[in-house]
Amino acid sequence: MPKLKVSLLTGRTVDQGKGKEYGKLSEEYQQSVAICQIDPDDMKSLGIRENTNVKVITDFGSVVLKAVKSARAPHPKVVFIPYGPWASIVMNPKTHGTGMPSLKGLTAEIEPAPTEKVLGLTNLLKEHFKKEEK
Amino acid sequence: MTIISGVTCPVCGSFCDDIEVTIKNNVITDVKNACAIGAAKFLGYAKHRQTKPLIRKNGELVEASLDEAIRKSAQILADATYPILYGWSSTSCEATRVGLELAEEVGGVIDNTSTVCHGPSILSIQDIGISSCTLGQLRHRADLVFYWGSNPWSAHPRHLERYTTFSDGRFQKTAWRGYLSRLSATLTKKRLRRAVNLILRRDVSVPPETDRRLPYSVFQKKRKMIVIDVRKTRSAETADYFIQVKPNSDFELLQAFRMLVRDEELDVDEVAGVPVEVLEEVVDIMIGCELGILFFGLGLTMSEGKLRNVDAALSLVRDLNQRTKFLIMPMRGHFNVTGANVVFTWQTGYPYAVDFSHGYPRYNPGETSVVDILCRGESDAGLVIASDPVAHFPQRAAQNLVKNPLIAIDPEVTPTTLMADVVIPSAFVGIETEGTAYRMDHVPLPLKKIVNPPNTCLPDEEILRRILHQVHKLRRRPN
Repeated sequence: MPKLKVSLLTGRTVDQGKGKEYGKLSEEYQQSVAICQIDPDDMKSLGIRENTNVKVITDFGSVVLKAVKSARAPHPKVVFIPYGPWASIVMNPKTHGTGMPSLKGLTAEIEPAPTEKVLGLTNLLKEHFKKEEK
Repeated sequence: MTIISGVTCPVCGSFCDDIEVTIKNNVITDVKNACAIGAAKFLGYAKHRQTKPLIRKNGELVEASLDEAIRKSAQILADATYPILYGWSSTSCEATRVGLELAEEVGGVIDNTSTVCHGPSILSIQDIGISSCTLGQLRHRADLVFYWGSNPWSAHPRHLERYTTFSDGRFQKTAWRGYLSRLSATLTKKRLRRAVNLILRRDVSVPPETDRRLPYSVFQKKRKMIVIDVRKTRSAETADYFIQVKPNSDFELLQAFRMLVRDEELDVDEVAGVPVEVLEEVVDIMIGCELGILFFGLGLTMSEGKLRNVDAALSLVRDLNQRTKFLIMPMRGHFNVTGANVVFTWQTGYPYAVDFSHGYPRYNPGETSVVDILCRGESDAGLVIASDPVAHFPQRAAQNLVKNPLIAIDPEVTPTTLMADVVIPSAFVGIETEGTAYRMDHVPLPLKKIVNPPNTCLPDEEILRRILHQVHKLRRRPN
């Protein structure tokens, strides 16, 4: 399976902003944030098409997202995920003494994951967070 | 049917105050002047809200009475030795004031969302100082607008139109026409390429950009906009000129600009992927402007260097003020994140990450900031208000937040409320309850109440007062 080393960015998009106002459980929100915007040339080298699922892996976790052709290309070997629970799974919690985790410019790897599913919000929470009984 | 004008928009740091809302039978039916995100909030806020307090019993969230939820919250906070009180940027200053009193009473850490937003900018401003102004000044006078690591088109959609490039000021005219002609040129280019592809029946991809000369428009004596970012964002497409910087190289580029402003020579051909000749021309434009403004976003605070990037940006503007008039402003995200900093500061002396565990306020970001406390697993309870850290904190921090008893005060259903032990639904501030909020340039504006909340949803301020009252009772203290 081809893999690609990339620099991972997160940020706001208008759709993410609209989606969060429609509600975090809404379909619009998931469609706007559970995506990974990739340069079209990088998609070719990974052998994937638009809407194929990809796995984004960092030192801190991995998450399956839907690949979307970036409208902001060319930005070779740079991928973008809008802020949200999916992006947070792979973020670097280290703050280097500033209080601010590193949320932009992370080293990451992406690989095609056509057989894996993008988890819905409640399943994502179930998989990654455990509530202890008090 | 009632039409209310002059409504402030409780979404982003631009905090637009010219929204017109139509109301019919206590329901918002139409919104004018708002951006896509603002309109989505005014028209869609009621769709996914919760109206009943919830308490977790046997692993499931079940409905409870408001009094029960308040009592349980107070019990959690009173029993904890090092609770975290987090959020505050999307509620009113009045609620934040009560929150600070509560944090002091329970000896916890209170932190607002600037800790994962412009926290590093605040640290730099404390070190270096800031030459800033209000947005009105810029609307009327700024002839050179920089956006660095910031994408207002997506995050502050009306910022360009109301305060900078596309606003029509007293001394500076709008640059809207120039943008329209650039847009039509780009569209024609795209259409031509598509036509060539159809005729040749092959994919003629975009040739790599070799011509990096600055366009004629940036040398003219009129309002212009330059965007510096790692990707060509929508805002970059809008700009007269776009400089693409390599990820994590902003510091180098800022320092190179500083050297050129001080007439020092650079011994390299390019810095952070940008040729030195381009930098020299941009510096000439900076020095030649009448009033320049540098807006910077999370591209500086979240990437490598963090506060040091902002140090360099503030210093660049300080250097530029030796040659011309230049100002700088952080693009604050939430509508009242500035207000949270202001209220924290006038109550405790510090803008965020305030620790009351010693009985007096302490401030040491990196130690008393909420992500660090969570990553070290030191807290034993949490109260989250008007924020969603489970969705937006890195996984390890969010896991440690969820592990301990968690109270969520929020009008909406969010990952944080889904993982909380006590959920208290509140009224939407700026729609269902009034208050005060600070725009990104520190101008306080009123939040309006335009519709009535459901009976079960109290304002944040009232909920916090009741919790505080209950905590006082549990600790047998007079109010």
